[in-house]
Amino acid sequence: MSILFEPGFLSNAPVRGALVLGAIVAVVSAVVGTFTVLRSQSFAGHALTDVATTGGAAATYYGANVLAGFISASVLGAGSIEAIGEHRIRRRDLATGIVLGASTGLSALFLWLDSSSATTGASQHILFGSIFEVASSTIPDAVALGIVVLVVVALLWRPLLLSAVSPEIAAARGIRTRLVGTLFTLALAVSVGLTSIAIGSILSTALLIGPAAAALRVTRTIARAMSLACAFGVAATWLGILFAYDSPYWFSSGNGLPVSFFIVAIVFALYLVTGLPFLRRRLGRRAVRTTRSAPPVVAANTGVR
Amino acid sequence: MFTGFMVNAWEVATIVAVVAGVVGFFVVLRGSAFPAHAIPNGAFAGAAGANLIGVSPLVGLGVFSLLAALGIGSLGRRGRPDVATALALVMLLALGAAFLSRTREFEQQIFALLFGDLFGVATLALLPVGVLAAACLGAIAALYRPLLLASLAPEVALARGIRPHLVEMAFLVVVACATTMTVPVVGALLIFALMIGPPAAARCFTGRPDAAIGVSVALALLVVWSSIACAYQSNWPVGFFVGTFSAALYVIARLYEVLVAAQQRRHASR
Repeated sequence: MSILFEPGFLSNAPVRGALVLGAIVAVVSAVVGTFTVLRSQSFAGHALTDVATTGGAAATYYGANVLAGFISASVLGAGSIEAIGEHRIRRRDLATGIVLGASTGLSALFLWLDSSSATTGASQHILFGSIFEVASSTIPDAVALGIVVLVVVALLWRPLLLSAVSPEIAAARGIRTRLVGTLFTLALAVSVGLTSIAIGSILSTALLIGPAAAALRVTRTIARAMSLACAFGVAATWLGILFAYDSPYWFSSGNGLPVSFFIVAIVFALYLVTGLPFLRRRLGRRAVRTTRSAPPVVAANTGVR
Repeated sequence: MFTGFMVNAWEVATIVAVVAGVVGFFVVLRGSAFPAHAIPNGAFAGAAGANLIGVSPLVGLGVFSLLAALGIGSLGRRGRPDVATALALVMLLALGAAFLSRTREFEQQIFALLFGDLFGVATLALLPVGVLAAACLGAIAALYRPLLLASLAPEVALARGIRPHLVEMAFLVVVACATTMTVPVVGALLIFALMIGPPAAARCFTGRPDAAIGVSVALALLVVWSSIACAYQSNWPVGFFVGTFSAALYVIARLYEVLVAAQQRRHASR
């Protein structure tokens, strides 16, 4: 055991907190991430982490509740992206970019105002975060918000699925694809706000996109892809925490590597491995079919509404 | 405001605005907002790595932005492009986090690299920036027609024997090149705002590509010059002004577009 676990791994309170929180975050991210990947909203999923941290910086500056800052900025950002109201993927990414640019500018201002009074290294913390530094009081909030997000996705399940796979059929069936899209983007915003305060901006994107994209490459149904994505996400998070805990023992300086590095590396490796030719040959024909696999002309004319 | 180190800042910023205006037009046209955000962010990790092994940050920026461009291009070929971009981005940032954890001396520079720094601009040598800018503009001029065709009518481009993947790769490398020279000026997080806001606004004003490129450059110059002036006066970070001015321009342009469309409808109904 001591080869794998350096002494005190499971009896260490920050580690246990990180394991619990990491699992919650990984599951919520994987569920939301599956639809995010299917709907080609990776950019929004990533941009909202930055928008959320702007809210965090603002809340710190004004002395408000930081979690509320993260969530409300993220929801506000998602609302602005939807309000610009572009449905073709290209222009939707543009709207996301405009919102992201503005919020990054504000972020620069708040961080500067903060740092000129007290804190240093805030920008680094906001980007990279650390799962070990999370206060255990965050866990109940994280669970509550995570449940809200999961319930919204469960309620939207069928219309979301249909409008992701075939917007035309969804519209023909009388599904209000625009409304469904907006509700999903808001759920995404809450989820991203939650994960970026819990584990930092990088890990939030990695756990949202990576496990879901890897799982979608090798499964046939959405439900299976989602379960596999949850398994991938939790496994990557726990292994990453283990490696980060062990890593100081690998270097003579006793200076370890950050947990975000390990988790992202594992997620990235998973994505590469699931894309390997022999795996794809065996499983690829069974992979989930989506709008992306529609003929290019059809896809260009319709986009994801 | 126009003396001493500020002269250099104005010169470098002008070059940056021209390049961002031209390259940004194609970023908007191709819907490459995400790669344009991801490449400078990945480059930021390179600066951290360069600091660790003690070489010039410009080298680190260059190597990592190129790595980001090639990674996005090759991963995007086999899978969903947005997923490939997101994963390449987080992988490079995670490497950056690993580099940063190995050193303690980098704290002050991080903010400047992320959000831009007027003094960083002022001390930047003009020569490498000029050379990179010329390379970017030259590459865009050489790629102009295939790039335009592949962006606007992919099927026609394909029929003409233009390979879209090659064009995409070449374009990402140009973005990487533009990133390397612009990150020290407006910061990794904000160069992207400059590449999106002014060109997107320009496209609302005119439909013709060459005119739109001209307007885009003019608007980018407007944003950068006014941002530097405001940053100099207020002592606030340049990035704040670049980000908010770019977004404001886009909002104004969209309102203009809506107004013109409404007016045309009224004319048509008469």
